[in-house]
Amino acid sequence: MESKSTLQNDAPLTAADGTPLHKALARATRRAKWRAFLLVFPLLAFIIITFAIPIAQMLYRSVNNTAFSDNMPNLVEYFAKNEVTGVPDEDGYTALVADLVQAREAKTIGVVATRINYELPGARSQFTSGARKAARLEAPFKESLIDIDEDWNDPHLWNVMQRAANPVSASFYLAAVDMKYDETGNVVRAPENKRIYVPLFLRTLWLSGLISVLCLILAFPVARLLATLPLRYSNLLMIFVLLPFWTSLLVRTTAWIALLQSQGVLNDILVGTNVLADENRVQLMYNQAGTIIAMTHILLPFMILPLYSVMKSIPPTYVRAARSLGASSWTAFWKVYFPQTIPGIGAGVLLVFILSIGFYITPALVGGSSGQLISNEIARHMLQSLNWSLAAALGGILLFIIIVFYWLFDKVVGVDNMKLG
Amino acid sequence: MAKLPAYTTPLERVWHYTYLLICALIFLFLVAPILMVMPLSFNAEPYFTFTQKMLSFDPAGYSMRWYDKILTHGMAAPEIMRWSKDWWLDAWENAQWLHAAKNSVIIGVSATLLATTLGTLAAMGLSRPEMPFRRAIMGLLISPMIVPLIITATGLFFFYSKTGLAHTYIGVIMAHATLGIPFVIITVTATMVGFDHSLSRAALNLGATPLTVFREITLPLILPGVISGALFAFVTSFDEVVVVLFVAAFDQQTIPRQMWNGIREQISPTILAVATILVIFSILLLTTVEVLRRRSERLRGISPA
Repeated sequence: MESKSTLQNDAPLTAADGTPLHKALARATRRAKWRAFLLVFPLLAFIIITFAIPIAQMLYRSVNNTAFSDNMPNLVEYFAKNEVTGVPDEDGYTALVADLVQAREAKTIGVVATRINYELPGARSQFTSGARKAARLEAPFKESLIDIDEDWNDPHLWNVMQRAANPVSASFYLAAVDMKYDETGNVVRAPENKRIYVPLFLRTLWLSGLISVLCLILAFPVARLLATLPLRYSNLLMIFVLLPFWTSLLVRTTAWIALLQSQGVLNDILVGTNVLADENRVQLMYNQAGTIIAMTHILLPFMILPLYSVMKSIPPTYVRAARSLGASSWTAFWKVYFPQTIPGIGAGVLLVFILSIGFYITPALVGGSSGQLISNEIARHMLQSLNWSLAAALGGILLFIIIVFYWLFDKVVGVDNMKLG
Repeated sequence: MAKLPAYTTPLERVWHYTYLLICALIFLFLVAPILMVMPLSFNAEPYFTFTQKMLSFDPAGYSMRWYDKILTHGMAAPEIMRWSKDWWLDAWENAQWLHAAKNSVIIGVSATLLATTLGTLAAMGLSRPEMPFRRAIMGLLISPMIVPLIITATGLFFFYSKTGLAHTYIGVIMAHATLGIPFVIITVTATMVGFDHSLSRAALNLGATPLTVFREITLPLILPGVISGALFAFVTSFDEVVVVLFVAAFDQQTIPRQMWNGIREQISPTILAVATILVIFSILLLTTVEVLRRRSERLRGISPA
C-alpha cells in the first residue's frame, strides 16, 4: 500500500470510497481474520463436541460420583442438617434404615454398596444384607440395626458415608495416587503392599523412557545412513521404514507374538542352531520384555522420520571442513555433526515418549502381568471392575502428564512443524 | 554407497563396514517381523512357527486353509455346494470376517469423508497468515493424535452414554473422524506451505467466484496433500480398536476388533492370514502416498531435495 508522493497536502490518506485509509485497512484485516476463522470454525466446533466435551466429562466424573448421594436422600438430608462426628444418634439411624428400605425397593442398593465398598472394603455385603433385613426392623433403629451387624456402629463407616453423601469428592484421585482417608478422616498413604497405581505410573514412565532411548539408539545410525546416501538408494531404503509405519498396529503385534512365543520362530531358531537347549526356551512374551521389544519396533519409525528430516538439512560440508582442519573422524562427528542433530533427537524422543505413555493394545496383548502400563489399568476399571470414577481419576492424571510433555513438545518442536512420512 | 575417500585409515574402514552391518540389522528388525507373517500364514499346521516341511519347501507343508477359514468362519453351511452362487451369498451374509470388513469399510469411509472435508477447510483457514490464535487452535486440533486413545475412549464412553450415541454407527464414525483429523490438518497445511496465494488472487481479479477459485485453482494444487491426509485418516480408522471396544455395540465388529478378539481368545493362524492381507493392503497404500508426495513436490516446483 504505497502512497504516491503527489499527495502533498496534509489531508489524511483515504481509500477509494473516502474512508480514512487506516480505518479501511483495519476493516479489511478484521474481515480477513473472520474469513480465516470461519473456515476453521466447523472443525473447531466438531472437535469441541467429539473430543473436548467428552474429556471434560471424564474429568467431571473423576471428582463427581452420585452413586450414594442420589440413592440415599434421607441420609443426605440428615447430614446436611446435623453436625455429625462419628456415630450419630437415633435420627441418623432412622434415616439410614429408611434409605436402605428404599434403595432395596428401587434396586439401587448394589450401587450404594459398591460406592461405600471402594473406601471401606467389605462393606458391600454389610449393606446388601442390612437392606434385605431393614424392612422388618422396628424402632429404636439404632439398636436393632446394630443387633444385625456390629459394624453399623463403626465410626469409620459413618465417616465414609458422610463423605459419600457429598457427590463431589477427591477420594478417587486419592485412590489413584495410593492414598486414602483413615478412620478419623485424615489423608494417609496406603500400606506399602497395597500401593498399586503410583508404582504403575512410575513403571509406565520408566518403560516409556527406556523405549524412547532404545528407539533413539536404533534410529540414529539408520537415519544418518538414509540422510547421507544418494537419493536413489535412500528412497529405496526408506520403504523399510515406511512399511512398518503404514502397517496395522495389530498386525505388527501379531507378528511379534508369532516371533517371540516360547514355541515361536525366534526360539525355534535358537534351539535349531543349538544356542539353546529345547527345555531352556527363553520367555520373551507375556512379560516386560515382550512389551519393550514390540513397542520399540512399533515406535521406531516415529523416531527415524523426525531425525531423518533434521539430518537431511545438515550440510555435509561442515564435517568435511572439520576433517580438513585436522579433526579426527570421531571429533568431527561428536563436535560438529551430533550437535546439529539435537533438534531431531528432541522431537523424536518426545514424540516416542508421549506415544508410549498411552499405549494400551500392545501391552495388553504381549505384556503379561509385568508388562502392563497405566492404560491397561484404566481399561480394566472401565470394562471389568466398573469403577468408572477411579478410571476417570487415573485418566485425569495420565492426561496431566501427557499435557506437560505435549507442552514441552510444542516448545521444542512446535506442533505446526510436525510432518508425516 | 559412495566410495570411501583415499585418506580413510584402516580402522575407519573397519568401522564403516561395521556401521553398514549395524544398519542392515536394524532394517531387518524393522521389516522381518512383518514379512515373516506372510509365509507363516500358509502353514498347513495350526502353529505359529515354521514346520520342518515348510523349511524343506515341501508343498505338503503349505496350504491355503487359513485363507479359506477367513471366508468360511461363521458361515451357515460352509461345506455345501462350494463356490456356487448360494455359497457366496452365505459367505457374504454370514462370514464373520466379511461382516467385520464391511463394518470397517463403512466406518472408515464415512469417517474419512467427514475428517477430510472438515480438515481441509480448517487447514485452508489455518494456513492464512491472518488467522487469529493460530498456535492455540492448531494445538487443540492436533491433540487427538497425542492424547492416549484410552482417555479419548473413556471420555467418549461417558459422553455417548449420556447422549444416546453409544452403540451407534454415527458415534463410532464421529469418534474415528476426530482421530483422523490431525493427520488431515498436518498433511494439508504442509501442502499449503508452498502454495502461491497470488494464484488465487489473480483468479479473483479475473472475476472468478471464491468457490470457483477453490475448485479450479486451490483444490487441484493441494489435492495430493488432501488425498494423503485422507489415506492417513482412513488407516487410522481402519486400525482403531480401543474406541470401538468402548463405544460400539457387540455386533459392530470391525477387522481390528475381530483380530483383537482372535488374539485374546482362540489364537489361530487365521489371524496371520488376515495380517498378510492387511500388509499387502498397507503396501498399496504406502505406494499411493509416495506417488502422491512426489507428484505434489513436482506440482509445487519443489524438486526432490
